[in-house]
Amino acid sequence: MKEIRADLHIHTCLSPCAEKEMTPAAVVREACRKGLHLIAICDHNSVENVAAVKCAAENAGVAVIGGIEINTREEVHVLGIFDDDSALGKVQEVVYRNLNGENDPGTFGEQLVMNERGEVVRHNDRLLIGATGLSLEEAVRTIHRLGGIAIASHIDRPSYSVISQLGFIPADLGLDGVEVCSEEVPDIPENLTVVRSSDAHRPEEIGSRYTRFLLEKPTVAEIGMALRRTQGRRVMAVMEEK
Amino acid sequence: MKLNDIVQNLGLEVKAGKDSLAMEVQGGYVSDLMSDVIAHGREGDLWVTLQTHQNTVAVASLKGLAGIVLVNSREPDADMLRKAKEENIAVLVSSLPAFELVGRLHDLGLSGKRT
Repeated sequence: MKEIRADLHIHTCLSPCAEKEMTPAAVVREACRKGLHLIAICDHNSVENVAAVKCAAENAGVAVIGGIEINTREEVHVLGIFDDDSALGKVQEVVYRNLNGENDPGTFGEQLVMNERGEVVRHNDRLLIGATGLSLEEAVRTIHRLGGIAIASHIDRPSYSVISQLGFIPADLGLDGVEVCSEEVPDIPENLTVVRSSDAHRPEEIGSRYTRFLLEKPTVAEIGMALRRTQGRRVMAVMEEK
Repeated sequence: MKLNDIVQNLGLEVKAGKDSLAMEVQGGYVSDLMSDVIAHGREGDLWVTLQTHQNTVAVASLKGLAGIVLVNSREPDADMLRKAKEENIAVLVSSLPAFELVGRLHDLGLSGKRT
């Protein structure tokens, strides 16, 4: 078992609100520079830059997990992370089927799909910042059905969080964990494990918050055990860079 | 009715978009969900909301709304104000809760009817 420093919520230049500098190589470089062992790529409603970041990270010394930050019907943000690349394709299909609208790059920002060399392969035209038609419950269920784990994003923020939108965390939602930004952890059910992640939209934000896990290896399956506090896996500490 | 008339009448605090107060307000809409405003907001609507993040400005700009009024003396985020200044979208703050504010807007002659 070893200590794994993980930042499980990083955007790339595919998210309209992220900087163009969030290229696959820049994300990997900054993650290494910050001493992270594991990162998860979670763009708004899309997985389309995950493969490029995984490719850019080959032999770089940081493991990359593919994920997505789904914006639900209630405008709650929830992260789904997956070990299996085919699950990413499937979650993408469900999300796109439930996402309407076209992006206006001038208003919301550009959405760049890149290859591992940072070349723009195409512009994604969908309204990725928009809410899907999926309820939070449906989003969590979809993530689980595809073998992923579901972490509610920034639950202590005043917008796009399960608490801001629904008032509290429904007990039967089945979340695997919750992401908290501030020092103080809000009042949440005891069985929910707290993680910290940067929600980086700019390179310098990567690793500004991270979680120290005790895991056998850097996989979603292992993180799931740590969040459920089973088989010796656990969250050792949640960290903030000072 | 001009936006500025509403500001004067209801004593709204102007946080951004001073240059757009001459804009004609056509109607009103109340919602705290971005997706709902994208779907149902109309050009020239004054938007009453409690959301203080920068996406509100993007949505207001996209839909050509007359301005945004925050309720309950809510403070707009720095990002929201920065973007509002860039896009010249009026960000106004009322000390009233939404129900009361909308009642007064209606008394002034604004309608929220979708036809």
